[in-house]
Amino acid sequence: MAIIPNKNPMPVLDAKLRATNFKEVALGYSEETAVAEAERCIHCKNRPCVAACPVNIQIPEFIEKVKERDFEGAYQIIAKSSSLPAVCGRVCPQETQCEGKCTLGIRFEPVGIGRLERFVADYHLKNAKEAPAKVESNGKKVAVVGSGPAGLTCAGDLAKKGYEVTVYEALHTAGGVLVYGIPEFRLPKDIVAQEVDTLKQLGVKVETNVVIGKTLTIDELFEEMGFDAVFIGSGAGLPNFMNIPGEGLKGVYSANEYLTRANLMKAYSEKADTPISKGGKVAVVGGGNVAMDAARTALRLGAEKVYIVYRRSMEELPARAEEVEHAIEEGIDFRLLNNPVEILGYNNPENPRDPKNGCVEGIKCIKMQLGEPDENGRRRPIAIEGSEFILDVDTVIMAIGTSPNPLIKDTTKGLEVNKWGGIIVNEENLTSREGVYAGGDVVTGAATVISAMGAGKVAAKGIDDYLSK
Amino acid sequence: MYKIVSRKELNNSVTQLEVLAPLVANKAKPGQFIILRVDEMGERIPLTVAGTNPEKGTVKIIFQVVGGTTEKLNHVMEGEHIQDFVGPLGTPSELEGLEKVCIVGGGVGCAIALPIAEALNEMGAHVTSIIGFRSKDILILEDEFKTCSDKLIVTTDDGSYGYHGNVTGPLKEMLENGETFDEIITIGPLIMMKFVVATAKQFNVPCTVSMNPIMIDGTGMCGGCRLTLNQDGKRVTKFACVDGPDFNGYEVDFDEAMSRSRMYSDFEKHAYEETCNLFKKEVQ
Ligand SMILES: Cc1cc2nc3c(=O)[nH]c(=O)nc-3n(C[C@H](O)[C@H](O)[C@H](O)COP(=O)(O)OP(=O)(O)OC[C@H]3O[C@@H](n4cnc5c(N)ncnc54)[C@H](O)[C@@H]3O)c2cc1C
Ligand SMILES: Cc1cc2nc3c(=O)[nH]c(=O)nc-3n(C[C@H](O)[C@H](O)[C@H](O)COP(=O)(O)OP(=O)(O)OC[C@H]3O[C@@H](n4cnc5c(N)ncnc54)[C@H](O)[C@@H]3O)c2cc1C
Ligand code: SF4
Ligand code: SF4
Ligand code: FES
Repeated sequence: MAIIPNKNPMPVLDAKLRATNFKEVALGYSEETAVAEAERCIHCKNRPCVAACPVNIQIPEFIEKVKERDFEGAYQIIAKSSSLPAVCGRVCPQETQCEGKCTLGIRFEPVGIGRLERFVADYHLKNAKEAPAKVESNGKKVAVVGSGPAGLTCAGDLAKKGYEVTVYEALHTAGGVLVYGIPEFRLPKDIVAQEVDTLKQLGVKVETNVVIGKTLTIDELFEEMGFDAVFIGSGAGLPNFMNIPGEGLKGVYSANEYLTRANLMKAYSEKADTPISKGGKVAVVGGGNVAMDAARTALRLGAEKVYIVYRRSMEELPARAEEVEHAIEEGIDFRLLNNPVEILGYNNPENPRDPKNGCVEGIKCIKMQLGEPDENGRRRPIAIEGSEFILDVDTVIMAIGTSPNPLIKDTTKGLEVNKWGGIIVNEENLTSREGVYAGGDVVTGAATVISAMGAGKVAAKGIDDYLSK
Repeated sequence: MYKIVSRKELNNSVTQLEVLAPLVANKAKPGQFIILRVDEMGERIPLTVAGTNPEKGTVKIIFQVVGGTTEKLNHVMEGEHIQDFVGPLGTPSELEGLEKVCIVGGGVGCAIALPIAEALNEMGAHVTSIIGFRSKDILILEDEFKTCSDKLIVTTDDGSYGYHGNVTGPLKEMLENGETFDEIITIGPLIMMKFVVATAKQFNVPCTVSMNPIMIDGTGMCGGCRLTLNQDGKRVTKFACVDGPDFNGYEVDFDEAMSRSRMYSDFEKHAYEETCNLFKKEVQ
């Protein structure tokens, strides 16, 4: 059979149109396209795609089922390894994971594994009628801290084994970054809500508005609430700033604040009370998924011009390739090899009550060039002396990473962290405290949905082994 | 959902609510706050825990109607519910070892200061309280402060009651007359705190301020509540929701904080007017 060199394209909303609304950009494969894409897989003998998936989804097997049009069968295969396929199919950086290793990709385009996974998961969400069966309780209680992908996965796996699981979430909605960070146009919130509902049907209790370390401590979960084990999946933590002059000006946001206002607090809706600056010219500093999401959100909120300011070049951009492509199509202006050195503010000395005083007026950047590769093989950016210039903007969004949140560490004796503040765990994701497991961004620093999910799975297995002893 | 157990209007723009939230009631210490949302489309706003009753499982909050959300909250009646209520957040005030303290509260900031004064009084510390208001008709919590203070001075800007002038007046007079304090703790509008700090500095008295920047999550995730401290010649970014809300007043960059607190002024005026119009319509 002849090899079909190219992936079946993903239907997307028109770039001009979508830049003005929050509807999902990628529309998903039809049954016909999915089957056609499945037929591209050559079922190569050593199936490198499986090893490149952090949770080792049995990719050729599920693809085979798609080929046979047994979509529910395909779902059941994926579900053995992943509890959030509708999410991962959408947001995994497939080009560096499963698809990056696909044999077909050596000469042609790889099989669209993520797109197929999304198709199968959506099919299941739409067509599955039965609620998942509740497993009889084994009488043991586990508390999960945080309802991001790590926590949700851990909770789901344990519930399926009969544990009584309670998820504690600090915010008013469950889902972690999936609800407050990743925007609607990339991951509809309905999908996350459905995944949370599925967990509830399995018997998992979700308690929002509880901050562990404040409302309850880890010790109290054991001593007063009677939990037998705890999983900590509290995420990446506090946003970093660059420590350059002007970061205290009005109009400077962290990406977390900007995205939280837009997503969780629904600032895009006319009905929401939450304020956010709309319109104007926006510079987003950073080059990861978070930066792309902030930039594209700003555009949708009505910005007339949005820049990505990143200190390395296109090749080093850490964001998913597809998101970068979409951002370019939508008209985001990439100012690469530029590094901000100062944020400039408006000041009217004549009138100290001028409401524009203290507002952002521009961002001063310096041009960079790439030097020798560093220890990680990434070429280090070096400033070109005297090349400063000013971008005229009124909003600056910092998307340059996070540092761990001290809330849980500071209130839990004997919980060891590394020098960056990340919780230390062993290969079972057990922390230095008996019965306390951890995983996801709180351990690794900001990473990916699928790796957080994988960590939740490993911990669930560790907890099961520990409590079955 | 969280039930409003009691509701009392302290003056025509300040209201006290008792909210049923047993987990928060169990834990909250002076200086800590909660974040609430009135309804599904509502904003998250921080309010200080003004007192707790762990037996009843209730938390007292006192708020001033200043904008859309507080206006909405003011329309929630006894027996009704609000959507979300999370806490206690922030670091409790550090009161240990204090023997002689001056509490300086301004306006609704007095509600935030009250539990601190009460805690100090219970610890056996000597408490002097200066509470200031624009005028007599918006005076709140006088009796409560009387009960927990060894000395109470009420000031009004317009002289309609007590000392004529703002809170720094009597503070300065006391310090000039040789009065000493282990610490001054001040809570109120930023501009007032800025001047209290300046006064304290003149007499070398340590001064703690309670900062109330705009917040969203209150758990150290968004960075919206950040402020700048000047520590040993360096500018350091701190998050009020996890590192505060109490800070060493000598270090806080008040000018930046004042500018940032006005970030959404225009938007909020608009939201306030809309909410008001909405209620007007409902009434009609
Ligand atoms: C804007 C953005 C875009 C991204 N895009 C992608 C992408 O395209 N692809 C991808 O693979 N990854 C992406 N990521 C990264 C990915 O979302 C994270 O790696 C992943 O969500 C981490 O999962 P987690 O479960 O460890 O933590 P989180 O998802 O951060 O969840 C942690 C949860 O714990 C709660 N919590 C924190 N502290 C407490 C406490 N003390 N008590 C109770 N609850 C608490 C938090 O409120 C939160 O809900 C993106 C991240 C962001 C911010
Ligand atoms: C830790 C903390 C504790 C607080 N405790 C109390 C309390 O016990 N009682 C109380 O009445 N208020 C308290 N506040 C202030 C309260 O949160 C704000 O008044 C409230 O968020 C206003 O919401 P709104 O939607 O009604 O008004 P908005 O429409 O949001 O604002 C109306 C006006 O108030 C200003 N404003 C908004 N937020 C703040 C803020 N955080 N601080 C100062 N000015 C603000 C706006 O710039 C605007 O001019 C506290 C704030 C913090 C951060
Ligand atoms: S979970 Fe992610 S890496 Fe694994 S197969 Fe699916 S898209 Fe690929
Ligand atoms: S590597 Fe590619 S071609 Fe080989 S089994 Fe996996 S998806 Fe199919
Ligand atoms: S309120 Fe979000 S970090 Fe403090």
